[in-house]
Amino acid sequence: MPLRLLKFALSKEHPAPRFFKSHETPKKSYDVVIIGGGGHGLAAAYYLAKDHGITNVCVLEKGYIGGGNTGRNTTIVRSNYLTPEGVNFYDASVKIYEGLSEELDLNLFYSTRGHFTLAHTESAMRTMRWRAEVNKHVGVESRVVGPDEIAKACPQLDLSCSGQAPILGALFHAPGSVARHDGVAWGYARGADRLGAEIYQNTEVLGIDVKNGKVCGVKTNKGYIETKQVLSAVAGFTPRITEMVDLETPIVIHPLQACVTEPMKPWLDTILVSGSLHVYVSQSSRGELVMGSSLDPYEVHSTRSTLDFVEGLTSHMLDMFPFLSNVKVVRQWAGMADMTPDFAPIMGKTPIEGFYLDAGWGTWGFKATPISGKTMAQTIANDSAPDLIHSFRLSRFEDYELTGEKGAASVGH
Amino acid sequence: MKLLTCPMNGTRPLSEFVFGGEYRQAPDQDTCTDAQWAAFVHNRSGAPGDKKEWWYHSPSGTWFIAERNTLTDKVTRTYLLGQNNTTQEEGK
Ligand SMILES: Cc1cc2nc3c(=O)[nH]c(=O)nc-3n(C[C@H](O)[C@H](O)[C@H](O)COP(=O)(O)OP(=O)(O)OC[C@H]3O[C@@H](n4cnc5c(N)ncnc54)[C@H](O)[C@@H]3O)c2cc1C
Repeated sequence: MPLRLLKFALSKEHPAPRFFKSHETPKKSYDVVIIGGGGHGLAAAYYLAKDHGITNVCVLEKGYIGGGNTGRNTTIVRSNYLTPEGVNFYDASVKIYEGLSEELDLNLFYSTRGHFTLAHTESAMRTMRWRAEVNKHVGVESRVVGPDEIAKACPQLDLSCSGQAPILGALFHAPGSVARHDGVAWGYARGADRLGAEIYQNTEVLGIDVKNGKVCGVKTNKGYIETKQVLSAVAGFTPRITEMVDLETPIVIHPLQACVTEPMKPWLDTILVSGSLHVYVSQSSRGELVMGSSLDPYEVHSTRSTLDFVEGLTSHMLDMFPFLSNVKVVRQWAGMADMTPDFAPIMGKTPIEGFYLDAGWGTWGFKATPISGKTMAQTIANDSAPDLIHSFRLSRFEDYELTGEKGAASVGH
Repeated sequence: MKLLTCPMNGTRPLSEFVFGGEYRQAPDQDTCTDAQWAAFVHNRSGAPGDKKEWWYHSPSGTWFIAERNTLTDKVTRTYLLGQNNTTQEEGK
C-alpha cells in the first residue's frame, strides 16, 4: 500500500482508481451466474476464481454492489454460537476475516474489540455458561465473566441498568470484531474482477429458465443469458427468486432496523449486547455509536424506518448509559432480513439441478460473508456441498433435522 | 401501517396487536405424504403479495383475519374467521 501511495504521489496524473471494470452488456452465456452483488455473491465469485479457477462467471446486481443488507448491517463479527456446527462454521469465517484486509489489499477496518453478551437474569446466565462450554469445546475463546470484569472493560455502563435490569454477568468473547461492511463488498468485487469475473450493476434477474428439472438460463433486463449453474445470494429477496423456480422454503422477510448517533470521541472499546434490553451497540471508527435492536414484529418487504424502533431502542440505551441523554441520533435505516425458523442459514444444493441457494442469513449473515463465499464456491465447483455446511442444507426441514441455534439468538445479528 | 381495525373493537394503534402469521390450511393428515406434511410444517409463501393473516388484539384477546399486502403494508379487510362477508376499510 505505501508503495502504491508513493507512486501515486509522484505521478503526474491522478485518475480515480476504478475497483472493477464496467462491461457494456452481459455475454451470451456463462459457466456460472451469480444473482446478487452483496458480500456473499461477490465472495462466491472471488473464491470460484481463486480456489477453483472458474472465471467465466458474472455477478448480476439489480442496484449497486453492497447496497443490500451488506451495506446496512451493524458489522458485528463473532463465533460464540450455541451449536457446535454453528460455532465451527462462524469460527472459520472469523479466521478468514482476520487476514482479509491483507488478502484483498484493502483496509477493511477490521477491529477486534471483544464482545460482551450481557445477562440480566439467572436463566440468561445459564445460557451464557452453556455457550461458553460449547465454544471452549470447539476451541473458540469465550468465557463467563462477572460484573467486575464488565465494569473494567466499560466503566461508563450503569450495571444496574437504571435499576430496571441489573447485570449479573456476561459471556465474553474475545475475538468479537467490527469491520467496514461496504469495504468487504468492494474488496471481494475487486478481487473477483481481477481474476476474471464480470460484475454488472443495475442488472436485474427477472426469471430463471428451468427445463426437465435443470437450470438452463436467466432472463434479465439486459437480455437472456445461458447458463447451467445459478447461485442465488439475494438475502431479503430470496422468496422472489425461489418463486421463479417454484421452490418452497421456510424463509419469511421481516425488516431489521439500525441507527447511529452523532460522532463522539472514542469511549466505547467493546461490543455490547443485551438480549433482555434488545440492544446491541459498538462505536465505529468514525466515532458514531452503531445501534440495533430486535427484528420488526411482522412480515413486510420494505426498508422503511419507524419511530417506534428508535424510541424503544434509545430508551433501553439510556437504561445502560444515562449520560447519553443529550446525544443525538442522526440516521436510521432498515434492511430486509430473510428469517429461517431455526436461525441458521440455508445453503447448498436444491432439488433443481444447477440452482444453488445461499440464503436465510437473517440478522446474522455479515460475519459469514467470507466462509459462505468459500463454501458456496466449493459447492458449485464440485456440485456437492462440503461437510462444514451439511447442517444448513435445505432438506434439513424435510428431514426434521433443524439446528438448535435459535435459543442463543434472542437478539440475533 | 400504524393503525389496524379489530373487527370487535374498531380501529386501534398497531402496538395493541400481535402478528400471528399467515392463515394456512393443513393438508389431510390421513392422506397426505410425509413430504407434504413436512412442507406444511416448515415452508411458508414468503414472496410478497396479498396475504390472509392471523392477527391478535391483545387487550381484548381477539384473534381475527386481516387481508394485507406484504409489499405495500396496506390492509384491505379485517374480519373474524368465517365472517368475511363484511368489508371494513382500513384507517389510512
Ligand atoms: C440492520 C441490520 C443489521 C445487521 N447486523 C448484522 C451484524 O451485526 N452482524 C452480522 O453478521 N449480520 C448482520 N446483519 C445481517 C447481514 O447484513 C446479512 O445477512 C448479510 O449482509 C447478507 O449479505 P448478502 O450478500 O447475502 O445479501 P445482500 O447484501 O442483501 O445482497 C443481496 C443483493 O441482491 C440483489 N438482488 C436482489 N434481487 C435481485 C435480482 N432479482 N437480480 C439482481 N440482483 C438482485 C440486491 O439488490 C442486493 O444487493 C444485519 C442486517 C441488517 C438489516
